[in-house]
Amino acid sequence: MHPLNPKPRQQVSGIKRWRRQRAARYAVLMLGLAAIAVVYAAVTGAGGAASAATPTGPSPADIAQGKAIFADTCSSCHGMNAQGTEAGPSLVGVGAAAVDFQMSTGRMPAKDLDAEMPRKPVTFTTEQIHQVAAYIASLGGGPAIPSAAMVSTAGADVALGQQLFITNCAQCHNFAGAGGALTYGKYAPPLTHSTPTQIYEAMLTGPEAMPVFSDTTVTPAQKRAIIAYVTKVRSEPNPGGFSLGRVGPVTEGLVAFLGGIAALVFAAIWITMKRREA
Amino acid sequence: MSKTTDALLEGTGRFLDDRLRAARPVRGFLRKVFPDHWSFLLGEIALYSFIILLLTGTFLTFFFQPSMTEVVYHGAYTPLRGVRMSEAYASTLNISFDVRGGLLMRQIHHWAALLFMAAIFIHLLRVFFTGAYRKPREFNWLIGIVLLTLGMLEGLFGYSLPDDLLSGTGLRITQGVLQSIPLVGTYGSFFLFGGQFPGHDIIPRLYIIHVLLIPGLLLALISAHLFFMFHQKHTQMPGKGRTNANVVGAPMYPYFMAKTGAFFFFIFAVLALLSTFAQINPIWLFGPYNPSGITAGSQPDFYMGALEGALRIMPAWEWNVFGHTFAFNVFIPALVPLGIIFTGAALWPFIERWAIGDYSEHHVNDRPRNAPTRTGIGMAAITFYGVLWLEGANDIIADQLQIPLYTLTWIARIAIFVGPVVAYWVTKRICLGLQRKDAHLLEHGVETGIIRQLPSGEYVELTKPVDEDMRAVLEWGRVGAPQITAPPAGADEVPAPGARGPLGRARTRLGQVITEGIPVEADGHGNGHGNGHGSPAAVTAGEQEGDRPAGPEQADPDGEDAAR
Amino acid sequence: MQGSGEQFPPGDGAEELPESRAPHRVIGTPPPARARTLLEAPPQEDRKPERWLPAEPSDLGQAKRAERLVAALFILSMLASIGFIAAYVGLEVGSVGGTARSNLALGLSMSVAFGALAVGAVIWVRFLMPSVELTEERKPLASTRQQRAEFEETFTEGAEASGFAKRPLVRRTLIAATVPLAIAPLVLLRDLGPLPGTKLRHTVWRRGMRLLVYGPNTPLRPADFAIPGQMITVVPDGYQDNLDVLAKATTIILKFGPGQLKAPTMMNWTVDGIVAYSKICTHVGCPVALYEQTTHHILCPCHQSTFDAARGAQVIFGPAARPLPQLPLTTDAEGFLVAASDYHEPVGPSFWERG
Repeated sequence: MHPLNPKPRQQVSGIKRWRRQRAARYAVLMLGLAAIAVVYAAVTGAGGAASAATPTGPSPADIAQGKAIFADTCSSCHGMNAQGTEAGPSLVGVGAAAVDFQMSTGRMPAKDLDAEMPRKPVTFTTEQIHQVAAYIASLGGGPAIPSAAMVSTAGADVALGQQLFITNCAQCHNFAGAGGALTYGKYAPPLTHSTPTQIYEAMLTGPEAMPVFSDTTVTPAQKRAIIAYVTKVRSEPNPGGFSLGRVGPVTEGLVAFLGGIAALVFAAIWITMKRREA
Repeated sequence: MSKTTDALLEGTGRFLDDRLRAARPVRGFLRKVFPDHWSFLLGEIALYSFIILLLTGTFLTFFFQPSMTEVVYHGAYTPLRGVRMSEAYASTLNISFDVRGGLLMRQIHHWAALLFMAAIFIHLLRVFFTGAYRKPREFNWLIGIVLLTLGMLEGLFGYSLPDDLLSGTGLRITQGVLQSIPLVGTYGSFFLFGGQFPGHDIIPRLYIIHVLLIPGLLLALISAHLFFMFHQKHTQMPGKGRTNANVVGAPMYPYFMAKTGAFFFFIFAVLALLSTFAQINPIWLFGPYNPSGITAGSQPDFYMGALEGALRIMPAWEWNVFGHTFAFNVFIPALVPLGIIFTGAALWPFIERWAIGDYSEHHVNDRPRNAPTRTGIGMAAITFYGVLWLEGANDIIADQLQIPLYTLTWIARIAIFVGPVVAYWVTKRICLGLQRKDAHLLEHGVETGIIRQLPSGEYVELTKPVDEDMRAVLEWGRVGAPQITAPPAGADEVPAPGARGPLGRARTRLGQVITEGIPVEADGHGNGHGNGHGSPAAVTAGEQEGDRPAGPEQADPDGEDAAR
Repeated sequence: MQGSGEQFPPGDGAEELPESRAPHRVIGTPPPARARTLLEAPPQEDRKPERWLPAEPSDLGQAKRAERLVAALFILSMLASIGFIAAYVGLEVGSVGGTARSNLALGLSMSVAFGALAVGAVIWVRFLMPSVELTEERKPLASTRQQRAEFEETFTEGAEASGFAKRPLVRRTLIAATVPLAIAPLVLLRDLGPLPGTKLRHTVWRRGMRLLVYGPNTPLRPADFAIPGQMITVVPDGYQDNLDVLAKATTIILKFGPGQLKAPTMMNWTVDGIVAYSKICTHVGCPVALYEQTTHHILCPCHQSTFDAARGAQVIFGPAARPLPQLPLTTDAEGFLVAASDYHEPVGPSFWERG
C-alpha cells in the first residue's frame, strides 16, 4: 500500500498475486518453450537423433520422403527416375554412400556445371540427406553409408595409413592433403574439411574423377588407418612456423624473395642512405 | 682511451708487426675507400648467407647420419612410429624433434640456402645491368657464374640428404635425366648411384660432396672473388667528383667494417625471423622416400625451377634409330635452355667488347638506360628464364588460380619464344625513352612549376638547370661510341682489319646496335650539333692513364634557360 | 717501421708503392651540394696536423639521443641472447607441440638479439660517426712498361736456365709421363658402380608372381577388384621391402567395365577388364599414378605426361615419348592375380641402348 494513496487496496486473489511476482514471467516463458518443444518433437517424429549410422533400415516413409526431395531438387539434371540426362549421370547403383558424400559436402545440388563440383555450404539436413540416400539405394543398391564404428580411428594403424596414403592418395591430394591439379580444369580438393565419414565414402564410391577404392581392395581397417593418418596430420601444429600452405618449395621460394630479399634490400637502402646535412 | 688499453694495443701491434711487417699494408687496408650504394650490398647477402650456411651446417653434421640403412622409427614424431625409413631420414626427424634448437638450425640452414641463391641471382643482375662485368672484372664475372652453378648443385644435394619423398623424387628425376644422355648416360647413372636406382650409396656420396667438396670449392672461389674485388677496387655509381680514376666513399675503418658487420647481423636476424615464423621443408609430412609413391606438386627448390619447367614444357620428341634411343625430350630441356643462358652470360663481356672495340678499363657503372641493348638482352634473358621458372610451378598455379593445366603449358610453349623478343624490344624502347628524358632535362632543365607570362602574352614555365650532382649522373655517357666502323658504302677507303668480311660486318653492325642511343647535347643549348661528347677515345691497355672524362667540360649555363 | 731500427736494408716493400697509390689526404665532411675538389696541402708554416677523419659527428645533440637509443638496443640484444639460453635450457622438445614452442622461443629471441644489434650498429654508424666522403686514386691496373719488361726478362731467363725450351727430349718425356698420371685418378672411379649391362631391360616380374596390394602386402583376386573405376598400386610378391626392385617393378592395376578397353591395349594380357601398367613414368621415372576415372587418363604429377589407360596407356600430352608398358596378367591356381611374364619392354625412362 502506497503511503500517498489513501484508498485501501482490494484483497487480491491468489492467482493474481502470484502472477505479479517477477519469477512468474520466467516460469511462463519456460513452460511455453517446453510446450513448443514437445509439440515439435511429436510432429517431426523419431528422426531427431542424427548419427552417421543408418538405423536398422530406412523406412518406406524415409524412401518416399527422399523421392519427394529428389523429384524437387535433383531430377532436373539426373532424370525423374535417376536414370541420368546430359546434365547429370545416372544414379542407379551408386549407393547411399555416394549420395551422402555428395550432399553432405554440399557438392550436390550443383549450382554451375563446372569441370568439377566444389564443396559448398550444405543445403539439406542430415536426415533429409539420408532420406534421399535411402531412395537412391532403393533404386539399384550400391555401397551403404558407413557406420560410426567403421570410421572410428581408435586403435588404427597410423603407420600403415601413412604408407597407403602416400602410395594411393598423395599423388592427387598432396602429401598433407592440401589438394592438387588434374587435367582440363579438374582438381583433387584439399582434405582439410572432410569428416571421417566423408573420407570413407569418397574412397568407397570414387566421386567424379577420383578412382574407386572398394572395401575388398582397401579393407575397412585399412580405410580407418588412412582416415587416422589424414585427420592426425591435418590437425597437427606446424612446429616450424606458418605452414605456407603445405604445398612445398614453390611458396617457400616466393617467401624467400618477397620476404627475405625484400627485407634485406630495405635494410641495405637504410644502411647506405646519405644523411641529409643541415 | 685508457692507459692500459693503449699499452695493450701497442704491445699487440708491436708483437705482430715484428713478425709480419704489417703496419703499412694494414694501414692501406684500413684506409681503403668503399663506394656506398645499396645495390653493392647484394653480394654481401650471398657472402654472409654462405657463412651462416657453414655455421648451421656444421651443427647439423654433428647429428645427421648419411646412411641409407633401413631402420624402424621409434622417435618423437608419432605418425611415423613403426614406419621403415633410412637412417638419414630418421636422423633428420631426430634433429627436428629430439634435438633442442635442431629444427631452428635446420630451418635457418635451408632458408639461408634459398637466400644465398636468391642473392646470387639479383647480384648477378645488378652487375650485368650496370656493366660492372667489363674489363678488368671479367674474372669475377666468370667466377660468379661458376659460383651460381656450384650453388645450385650444392643446394640440390643438400636438400636431397634427408632422403624424404619430395627430394627423393628429385633424385629420381636426376637419375632419369642422366640415364637419357646418349652413349654415357646409363654408365653415369650406374656409377653415380652405385648400381640401379636408388641403391645404397647415393646419400653418403652426396653427403661428402655437400659438406666437403663443394664447400671447399665455394670457399676458394669466393675468396678469389673477394680478392679480385679488393685488388681492383669496387666500381662506383656515376656522380659528381667520381671519375674512372678514383673511388669516392667512406673508408673501411671504421665505416665499412661497421656497416658490413651490421648487415651481417641483419641477415642473420632475417633468417632467424623466417625460421621462426615460416616453416620450410617439413620432411616429417613428406614421409620417407619410396620410389612407388609421389606427391602432387612435386617441385625442386626455386633455383632448380627453371630446369623443372624446361622438362615440363618440352613436347614428346624421341628418336629410335639403329637400336639406340635419342631421348630429346629429356636431355634437350636438361642441357639446352640453361646452357644457352650460362654460356651466353659467360661470353657476353667478351662479345660486347669485341663488337664495340672498347678495350679500356671501366670503373664507373653504367645506368641501365644508357646501355639499351644490353639492358634489353638482360630482360630477354630474364623473360626466358622466368617463363621456364613459372612453368616449373604450373600445377600449383593451375590449382590456385584455376587455370587448366594444359593451357598453362601451351601458353608457356609460345611465351618461351615470343616473350624474350617482346621483352627486348619493349625494354629497349623504354631505355631510349628514358635517355630522351635525360637529354631533355639537361637541355631544358628541371621544371619549377612557376609560370610566368611574357610581355607578348605567352605563358612559359620557368625551368632551372639540374644541380651538379644530377648533372654528373645524367651526363655519364652511354656505352661508348663504336670504335670499329665500316666505311660508308661506295667510299674508296679500305675497312679496318676487324671490320672486313661477313664476320667483320656482323661485328660492326652489332657494335652499332649495342651503342645505339640518344645523344646528350654537349652544351645544353640545343644548337643541333648533336656531337654526342659522351664517348671517350679508345684507350689500349698499358698506356692509359685510366682517366675517362665524365663528360665535356661544361660551361655551366648559369640561369640561361631560366631567363628565357 | 720495424722496431729494431736499421737492422735491415731499406725495406723491399716500402719503396715500390708510388706516391699516388696512397689515398690522398682530404679533409672530410664536405656538404654534398658544394663542389668537391682536392684541397692543396696546407702551407708549410701551418704545421697543425690534419686529421684524416673528424672526431665528432656534426650534430652533437642528435648524437647524444642516438647514443641512448643504441645503448638501449644493445641492452635489448643482450637480454634476448640471455633469453635464448634460458629458452634452450627451459623448454623441452620431444613432441610436435614442444618443438613448436621451443622453435618459437629460440627463434624469436635469436631474431631480436641479432636484429637489435644490427639496428643499433647502423644507428651508430649513421649518427655517432661523422659523415665523410673521401676520394682515393685508382692506378691503372696494367703494370708499367718497365715492370712488364722486367717480368719478361725474369721469366725468359728462368726458362732458359731451366732448359725446358732447349731440351725437347726431357720436355716431351715429362709431358708423356703426366698423361697417364692424370688419367689414373679417373680410372680409380671405375668401381663406383657395376656396369649397366642389360639390367635396365628387365624387372623382377616373372610368370606366376603374385601381385600384392602395396602397404598391407596382400594378394588380390579379380572378384576383389570388380568395380569399374578402381585403381590400386601393386608390387611383386617377395620384393615388397626392396626399394631397388620397386623403383622399376611397381605397377598399377585398373578395372574397366566391359567394352571400355580398346586397342592398342593387349586384351589377352588383361583379366576381366583388369589391366596392369607400369607405375614408372617413361619420361624420367616419377611414379605416374593420378588416375582420372572419368576420362581414363593417367597423369604424371612431375611433368604432366598423360597416358590414356583405355588405349594401351598411349601418350596424349606431355613430354613422355612412349606409352606405359603393360604387364601381362593372368590368375594362378588359387584365383589370385599373377603376372604372366615380365614386361615385354624396358620400363621407366629411355636410355641410349634401349632402341
